[in-house]
Amino acid sequence: MTEELDPTAQDSDGGSEEVVLTPAELIERLEQAWMNEKFAPELLESKSEIVECVMEQLDHMEENLRRAKKGDLKVSIHRMEMERIRYVLSSYLRCRLMKIEKFFPHILEKEKTAHEGELSSLSPEELVFAKQYMANTETYLKNVALKHMPPNLQMVDLLRSVPKPDLDSYVFLRVKVRQENILVEPETDEQRDYVIDLEEGSQHLIRYKTIAPLVASGAVQLI
Amino acid sequence: MFCEKAMELVRELHRAPEGQLPVFNEDGLRQVLEEMKALYEQNQSDVNEVKSGGQSDLIPTIKFRHCSLLRNRRCAVAYLYDRLLRIRALRWEYGSVLPNALRFHMSAEEMEWFNRYKKSLATYMRSLGGDGGLDITQDMKPPKSLYIEKAECIKDCKRSAKTMGADLKDLSLDKEGII
Repeated sequence: MTEELDPTAQDSDGGSEEVVLTPAELIERLEQAWMNEKFAPELLESKSEIVECVMEQLDHMEENLRRAKKGDLKVSIHRMEMERIRYVLSSYLRCRLMKIEKFFPHILEKEKTAHEGELSSLSPEELVFAKQYMANTETYLKNVALKHMPPNLQMVDLLRSVPKPDLDSYVFLRVKVRQENILVEPETDEQRDYVIDLEEGSQHLIRYKTIAPLVASGAVQLI
Repeated sequence: MFCEKAMELVRELHRAPEGQLPVFNEDGLRQVLEEMKALYEQNQSDVNEVKSGGQSDLIPTIKFRHCSLLRNRRCAVAYLYDRLLRIRALRWEYGSVLPNALRFHMSAEEMEWFNRYKKSLATYMRSLGGDGGLDITQDMKPPKSLYIEKAECIKDCKRSAKTMGADLKDLSLDKEGII
């Protein structure tokens, strides 16, 4: 279920619905994506459409401001708004880059084995960045140390050496869409697994792994 | 004791607080690599002896040396990788041009890695959005001026201004608006 978020309503391919968002809704989506990304231990789905639309909005606002009268109160307010939006957008993209750099072998491995039609967690530009980061680091390690080591030790498996994201870490969330029968797996041998319902509007502290798919579907919001 | 030099490299970084980059310990790394070479050659000759003479009491020593080799490699790679992470942080802290003091602490290869990282990041940032891209190394903190000014209403402004996120209701005479 992909939504075309482009306010200029361009042709979308493959039977996706076109939903035109108001600017306020677009910014709300951006903030939700930003918070989810900040609090999730792993890299989430790429939201390139939101990023593109927000950048367009920022351009429009800049245009309007240039044409406005100087000293108009609205100018200061709109400028402040623009700064806020730019901060949230930058912070969102920075958060993603940091995770990409931190978990690069695992993320790239996942991309390789992803099936057709599965939503990518990397935008095309992020994928290029990730590959360059990996190549850069591998080349460096090889030239500075590995190629001077005994022949049977020259290969380092980055998938094993670089830590994976900790999906068992706890996150705070708020429920947006009621969920039933969520299976909570036990942490220790003494516990048994149990089933919970998530009421709309309730807030929980729970292991990320249990609710990861709900974050992707938008049923819960990380806070 | 084997791997002492390797442990020293790791300890050196452990002692340096986050964000600091000590001088690249070229000597230390070289000694670790030399020790690895020596261990490997000793193992090679022992392995040949075992193969030909069947002296199986050499096997524990071979295993021990192999463990030392693995440990040396792990420490060396950890040392180099951790330094890369610190160098990466420098780009975000100081921008594209590093202060001279820091540059002298980096090896030539580390400098190359840094330059390539810078370039890769710049390409990514340029690709964002439509025309010029977005410099995400700016706007590191939320905008500070939550309040622009205390506006004293001297005129009755009946128009309401709509912004992206909020509606400014009518500004009327009896209120002092703090925006």
